Amino acid sequence: MMALPYITEHTGFTGTVYATEPTVQIGRLLMEELVNFIERVPKAQSASLWKNKDIQRLLPSPLKDAVEVSTWRRCYTMQEVNSALSKIQLVGYSQKIELFGAVQVTPLSSGYALGSSNWIIQSHYEKVSYVSGSSLLTTHPQPMDQASLKNSDVLILTGLTQIPTANPDGMVGEFCSNLALTVRNGGNVLVPCYPSGVIYDLLECLYQYIDSAGLSNIPFYFISPVANSSLEFSQIFAEWLCHNKQTKVYLPEPPFPHAELIQTNKLKHYPSLHGDFSSDFRQPCVVFTGHPSLRFGDVVHFMELWGKSSLNTVIFTEPDFSYLEALAPYQPLAMKCIYCPIDTRLNFIQVSKLLKEVQPLHVVCPEQYTQPPPAQSHRMDLMIDCQPPAMSYRRAEVLALPFKRRYEKIEIMPELADALVPMEIKPGISLATVSAVLHTKDNKHVLQPPPRPAQPSGGKKRKRASEDIPDCKVLKPLLSGSIPVEQFVQTLEKHGFSDIKVEDTAKGHIVLLQEAETLIQIEEDSTHIICDNDEMLRVRLRDLVLKFLQKF
Amino acid sequence: MPEIRVTPLGAGQDVGRSCILVSIAGKNVMLDCGMHMGFSDDRRFPDFSYITRNGRLTDFLDCVIISHFHLDHCGALPYFSEMVGYDGPIYMTHPTQAICPILLEDYRKIAVDKKGEANFFTSQMIKDCMKKVVAVHLHQTVQVDDELEIKAYYAGHVLGAAMFQIKVGSESVVYTGDYNMTPDRHLGAAWIDKCRPNLLITESTYATTIRDSKRCRERDFLKKVHEAVERGGKVLIPVFALGRAQELCILLETFWERMNLKAPIYFSTGLTEKANHYYKLFITWTNQKIRKTFVQRNMFEFKHIKAFDRAFADNPGPMVVFATPGMLHAGQSLQIFRKWAGNEKNMVIMPGYCVQGTVGHKILSGQRKLEMEGRQVLEVKMQVEYMSFSAHADAKGIMQLVGQAEPESVLLVHGEAKKMEFLKQKIEQELRVSCYMPANGETVTLPTSPSIPVGVSLGLLKREMAQGLLPDAKKPRLLHGTLIMKDSALKELGLAEHQLRFTCRVHLHDPRKEQETALRVYSHLKSVLKDHCVQHLPDGSVTVESILIQAAAHSEDPGTKVLLVSWTYQDEELGSYLTSLLKKGLPQASS
Repeated sequence: MMALPYITEHTGFTGTVYATEPTVQIGRLLMEELVNFIERVPKAQSASLWKNKDIQRLLPSPLKDAVEVSTWRRCYTMQEVNSALSKIQLVGYSQKIELFGAVQVTPLSSGYALGSSNWIIQSHYEKVSYVSGSSLLTTHPQPMDQASLKNSDVLILTGLTQIPTANPDGMVGEFCSNLALTVRNGGNVLVPCYPSGVIYDLLECLYQYIDSAGLSNIPFYFISPVANSSLEFSQIFAEWLCHNKQTKVYLPEPPFPHAELIQTNKLKHYPSLHGDFSSDFRQPCVVFTGHPSLRFGDVVHFMELWGKSSLNTVIFTEPDFSYLEALAPYQPLAMKCIYCPIDTRLNFIQVSKLLKEVQPLHVVCPEQYTQPPPAQSHRMDLMIDCQPPAMSYRRAEVLALPFKRRYEKIEIMPELADALVPMEIKPGISLATVSAVLHTKDNKHVLQPPPRPAQPSGGKKRKRASEDIPDCKVLKPLLSGSIPVEQFVQTLEKHGFSDIKVEDTAKGHIVLLQEAETLIQIEEDSTHIICDNDEMLRVRLRDLVLKFLQKF
Repeated sequence: MPEIRVTPLGAGQDVGRSCILVSIAGKNVMLDCGMHMGFSDDRRFPDFSYITRNGRLTDFLDCVIISHFHLDHCGALPYFSEMVGYDGPIYMTHPTQAICPILLEDYRKIAVDKKGEANFFTSQMIKDCMKKVVAVHLHQTVQVDDELEIKAYYAGHVLGAAMFQIKVGSESVVYTGDYNMTPDRHLGAAWIDKCRPNLLITESTYATTIRDSKRCRERDFLKKVHEAVERGGKVLIPVFALGRAQELCILLETFWERMNLKAPIYFSTGLTEKANHYYKLFITWTNQKIRKTFVQRNMFEFKHIKAFDRAFADNPGPMVVFATPGMLHAGQSLQIFRKWAGNEKNMVIMPGYCVQGTVGHKILSGQRKLEMEGRQVLEVKMQVEYMSFSAHADAKGIMQLVGQAEPESVLLVHGEAKKMEFLKQKIEQELRVSCYMPANGETVTLPTSPSIPVGVSLGLLKREMAQGLLPDAKKPRLLHGTLIMKDSALKELGLAEHQLRFTCRVHLHDPRKEQETALRVYSHLKSVLKDHCVQHLPDGSVTVESILIQAAAHSEDPGTKVLLVSWTYQDEELGSYLTSLLKKGLPQASS
């Protein structure tokens, strides 16, 4: 979602974007925070010449190793964000969205964040599932909808956990105990984080934890330009929450306990560290703020402020950035660094469980997931293992999906259906030939009864013309079966044809009637009569051929 | 012949105890399960024995759908599910699921504790009943079983009110519940897409009214309240706990703030306060404006409006009280009304519809001497005002919704017979849609003609569409195919299609080059076969419909050209006609 303005604003994209309401509202907050952070530190000028490959080669690492630098873009503005969001059409889980009558798109709960979705793209006979950023753990969002993913022809799987070896539950425990330890020793805790998502779960854990750990007097600060909105918005999406939280709303009580933390003044939120915060600020304390990359945002100030004291601790919970790289510019640091990444997305064990449950015909996933991570190449369990093996894709690669479209849905009007005469061919199987007029509108096909032959009308001339030119709409039965050559030749002889010569060809036989200069090609599923323009002869041959075929 | 059958068990030519049975393609759905405010005997609940004489409801009904939390739409639910006995799914939206049990409990208390009724449903029954509820999102397609699916649309009547589309295959019915087509101070307008149902079942409370603009009504309301308060009177506004109460509170709150008024405003019960909390948590269901500003200022946190205590009613001086229920048929609003009715300074404003038989309905129809329980006669001296703040669609709104959904026919419920009659005519004349208005227990049967979905091989379809590229309405093409009434391919039957093809040689005396011959054949056929599609292809061959004609030089005689005419058995007549036509030779070119 974060790159949406680049697509909608700069590529000439004119289509509709579909998303759930929480996705739009929270996505807007994340983008707003990003734009706000970036715009706080305006750059008077920017350099781009270094992006030239020849120059980049000479630069020190990590610039030297950066890939695709030419595609790097400036951050969008709030105006572009608003324009991008205005193109979104809101949808709900399990809503079936018709696209041009050709395919149906349906979002399903993915269980990872408020409003996060997996998508099903299906026609009447084919089904493709897109599973991205899903979670089977019970946190605050609605649980993942697995049942609807069944019977997929293709399942596209991406957005797995970044830290497949870490257990989120354990990490939360570690987070709490480290936080308590630091605060008890009189130090401050800094938690670089995004303004929505895992923070709701962390606050909930702390809510249960602080009283037992004797931290009731420690202030918690949440600093972000969208802190207030994020906390408020989280309370109003009752329908997108897990069952427990929904029941709370029915009472009616706010679904998240951070409402109570705010009411009792244990948690305070500020748009930035300027203004009210500087006067309220009390140490020791716990600060949640962004950006988790430590490159911009209010977190930078706290790193500078607390970095020199070994009493303080910084705890990394967001898995998106390597904490060592994030810390590099601040070295040497006296403060303690704890790394407890919390990533609730699917790990490989859960993936194989999911695939067993859902049983797609084919799995498609990014290349990285088909082999163990480079740093742990011996861990064969850290890759997707399924039958048939997953198809992998790379950046900008076009992949042909391994299924063939064979059927399309078509509707038969009741009048036409009434006129059909089914014949029982085998027990339980009936056949009926259909001749109808095909109407196609909005990619929906309807078979209508054929029009009645027009009554010849008007003057004599007209009448004659209609007699002369045969109506090509006269219906001929469909033929079926195949012609046994030997019997056919015998029949020909019986009917007075002599001088018959049979040649074998790759696919069948050619029967030559030399006298009549006529050639009959007989194949498994076709017969071709080539003759002189002798109508009598042709009709005779036709009737002989038809004797061998079934008509419908 | 397939058909849709609709039987109202309640709300047929009446307002109250909404309950409609719909049978569609073999599925039975019950829409709403309400009670009647005007009765306190057997007639208050729908007659469920109609559904099945003997036998369990669960076996007969596929599902029950509740449109919103008003008691005349859900009041009989615990009675129905727990006392009559139904264990199937009950569908409603999240806010309805949250608020419904509270109102039911409230209703139960009034009926049992205050009126002392026996044989009424218990609190436990309400809880058990709510366990059978399945909550739905807006626009979510809920698959009740393999064939039956339902989908909720925003109805705007009260928090969580929804219209429901019930669909089986290509047949569908839309039930509107109660809805409102004009956005108000706290809710948005109802909306439905062009879903073209076979039948639209719509409420028709305000079938004959076309309401003036909302602004005027609001100004009127404020003026009346203001005047009464100025002269030291007490104003009673009977409301239902949720819905109108919130809208009027927002209205008075902003007015009080602007005019700097000091007279107190009260809510009658704790319920309304709780109700405001629901509005805060389900803010996604309110209108655009409230949703946008809720972070800065939640519209449902009122400064001027305080909780009411029974003792306040005797306080001297002006005040405004919101009290439940809205039709003055029981409870606190009736108590306060009896206290204040004798003073002509006081005022009661009825902001919504009142069902026949209630005190509210009596005073609105001009009755000034009311017989109360125990043969007491209450003289009403206080001012009685009526303001249509009810969030129902008016005639214009109903027509608008019918236009939006484009149904094949319309069925009216939840309205008075006379008014329905008027609207029925209007719909039939203006929209040319057939319209029904059955009474309770009367069944409307609508024949439907669902088309039959089958699979078609993509190859056949593409071939057909490629040929049909020339859009010609007058000359439709025929599509030939074989329908297999079982899931197996033609090949499995050992019945591969056999193509029979003929190619005839026609000798023409024409010394010119093959291409020119072909061209001449083309122009000749074109002039003769005006009704057919004659084409000259780039490779030199000529086609008439699917018949291919090629010209070739004779191997021995350079003065003779051989025309190869090739066609399939399906085009035999045309092919044979063509050969005989060509045999006659080409007309001499005018060279």
